[in-house]
Amino acid sequence: MALPETRPALRVTHLRKTYKDVVAVDGIELNVPAGQCFGLLGPNGAGKTTTIEICEGLTKPDSGDVEVLGLRWASDAQALRQRLGIQLQETQLSDKLTVFETLQLFRSFFDRGPAPDEVIALVQLEEKRDARVVALSGGQKQRLALACALVGDPDLLFLDEPTTGLDPQARRQLWELIEEFKKAGRTILLTTHYMDEAERLCDDLAIMDHGKVIARGTPGVLVASIGADHLVELSTTGASDVDLAALRRVAGVRDARAENGSIRIQATELHRSVPALLEELRRQGIPLTELSTHSATLEDVFVSLTGRHLRDE
Amino acid sequence: MAFRSRPAEVLKVAAASPSIAQALRQEPTLDVAELDPSAGEQRLRTGKVALLVEPGAAGAVVYRYDDTNPEGRTARMLADRAVQRAAGRADPVPATDGIIREAGSRYVDFLVPGLVGLGIMSNTLWGLGFSIVDSRRRKLTKRLIATPMSRTYYLLSYLVWRLIVLVVEVGVPIGFGALAFGVPVRGRVFDLVIICILASLSFSALALLISSRARTIEAVSGLMNLAQVPMWILSGVFFSAQRFPDAVQPVISALPLTALIDALRAHMLQGAGLPQLGPQLGVLTGWLLVCFVLALKLFRWR
Repeated sequence: MALPETRPALRVTHLRKTYKDVVAVDGIELNVPAGQCFGLLGPNGAGKTTTIEICEGLTKPDSGDVEVLGLRWASDAQALRQRLGIQLQETQLSDKLTVFETLQLFRSFFDRGPAPDEVIALVQLEEKRDARVVALSGGQKQRLALACALVGDPDLLFLDEPTTGLDPQARRQLWELIEEFKKAGRTILLTTHYMDEAERLCDDLAIMDHGKVIARGTPGVLVASIGADHLVELSTTGASDVDLAALRRVAGVRDARAENGSIRIQATELHRSVPALLEELRRQGIPLTELSTHSATLEDVFVSLTGRHLRDE
Repeated sequence: MAFRSRPAEVLKVAAASPSIAQALRQEPTLDVAELDPSAGEQRLRTGKVALLVEPGAAGAVVYRYDDTNPEGRTARMLADRAVQRAAGRADPVPATDGIIREAGSRYVDFLVPGLVGLGIMSNTLWGLGFSIVDSRRRKLTKRLIATPMSRTYYLLSYLVWRLIVLVVEVGVPIGFGALAFGVPVRGRVFDLVIICILASLSFSALALLISSRARTIEAVSGLMNLAQVPMWILSGVFFSAQRFPDAVQPVISALPLTALIDALRAHMLQGAGLPQLGPQLGVLTGWLLVCFVLALKLFRWR
């Protein structure tokens, strides 16, 4: 069913949800056009799962409006559920059913959709078709969960942290699958705390922290917004004695922060800033033990906005 | 085997004097021990004899026994008969005994329907309850309600599961009881099937209600025990519920397990049919409807 071009696939306004005394979602606004892959990027506890579960109709918000595919949960719940595909964070499925039986079960709930075997082929679980869920690896279970989300031929796909807990190869496999669906023109709302996932998959992003959206834009725009293309990380033996203000005055340096015994510097031109930084450190009499640089990423955007990292480790 | 028909039991009594002992020995169903009063007293107090007969003043006898104990009362009657006859009492009416031994009046016949009922209740409550709570805890229920699946059908599917298991749940104990102990099944099989189906649905609905909100196995275990223990004691599984005071009888009759066991006993031992079991079936139906509707309303899906 084609959506009129002007109507967004998902529109969220003034969303608020409080649990006891914790404000999980604090005034979120979202506008996702059809056919886009939109990401909610943020650390654990940012309110991403609460937001997506409100959009999925699993949680009722305290206030605010949620319009999904032009419909609302209060009035059109059954119609909406037919058109959505959902992958929860940490779903477990019935251990004793086989892959095929699980998909048969989920397919039976929907009025239309592909045959279970087609979806099994899509997620590349053919050789595990008759294996029980309990015998699958973590990556295979996630692929099965994704298949369950697709078996109703949804217009809008919700993926809540689809690659958390997976090894790098499994993650990459899942990304390739998700990219296939993007090509098919499906709208996707994705939550994640991995910046590489957000950069690779999302056409547009909202960065969340403590229940609020703190930045919005495409990955490229967001990275450019910190105004520094490069990150320099230094380790010194006496990091706490470093005069950060002096480092900030070095040519091409945007910001300097000390954390965990190392110094993190945002710089625009490495070829000018690095030698000047080394000179400054030598002048301050601080010996250098390590030096590394990388191009700015969304992680660095988050750090510059909040002073914290996306992942607790 | 434990419950095969045996000759009538012999009762143990004590006599405190040789003449009394001799009189009592005329009664074949009394096992007489001649003891001095203090030893006899001791045996009486520890329950090793049901009756102690002591000589009283001027040729009288004194019967020492517990009158709340049926064995004590029986022993007293038999002993008195023996003593009176030994002293010369004549019974003017000649009497003979026609013994009837019928299956259906033994303790095992009372017990098997009780156990079948208990089995249906326990298996249903624990099996269904644990399954629901485990599904909820692992977020499988949450995943399912995100789909267009009908929630009513989901709950009904648990009822259907228990009905399928019912065949074994009822067939095995009744079959075993019939083969090993000769416990009769006098009613029509069709009626038994209806009773058991209704009971299974009823207890399934109760299980759904009890597990409707619990999030952990520990919590639902506590609730299950709370629901079942009163019925283990009151519903007449191992001993007749008539023993409880009259004031409590209406409450006891309203319990689902009581209704089931009463219906099973009436069906198996007396051949009662569905029309005669109206009240019991009504109780089960009532629990089924009320519990299912409440469970659907209260159910915690996520």
